[in-house]
Amino acid sequence: MANPSTTKNSSIATASKAPEQSISVMSVVAPAVGWLIPGAGHLVQKRWIRGLLLMASIVIMFALGLLMQGHVYQPNGGDILDILGFVGDFGAGGLYILSQAMNWGHAIISHATADYGTKYLIVAGLLNFISVADAYHIAIGKKP
Amino acid sequence: MTLALSHFSSALLFAVLASVVFGITQRNTSRDQIRYGLYCFAMFVGGVVVAGWVMWILRR
Repeated sequence: MANPSTTKNSSIATASKAPEQSISVMSVVAPAVGWLIPGAGHLVQKRWIRGLLLMASIVIMFALGLLMQGHVYQPNGGDILDILGFVGDFGAGGLYILSQAMNWGHAIISHATADYGTKYLIVAGLLNFISVADAYHIAIGKKP
Repeated sequence: MTLALSHFSSALLFAVLASVVFGITQRNTSRDQIRYGLYCFAMFVGGVVVAGWVMWILRR
């Protein structure tokens, strides 16, 4: 049987921890901005170097994927791999929206390494998801 | 404009860019971030070399 005093202490500890991770404006804004513009979630929290490095890495990876004639997936409900490809691409946020608006990523694959381009595009989006989660953790004070 | 990289240079570029993001997001202090980024880069490149040798052995 649980000791009532122990239960009480643990509930007090939980209650005292709760305010540290409460939802603030920044905990909503940082991930949203970070998804739309890779690295911006860190920049709005004044993590300049981290933000710029993340931005450079993700944007360069996405741009290289396009230059290698990678395929940008469209929203679809067909093959599971196509759906997952879209989810990965969609992670790049503003870059994905820009590629759709400019009709990039629909060239005919003309050389062997174009498949790498497709993978670069997907991974750029997935890395941006990680970056967004990191921006959120900084915003709620879980990470310095 | 089209970019046609070799398999190895593609893998190398991928390793650099992914390692930067992993290093920054998975560790807290600057020192740990650099160390973890270098570790990830070594693992990526090492994995490419090992996979290359395994495929070479399998093909023989």
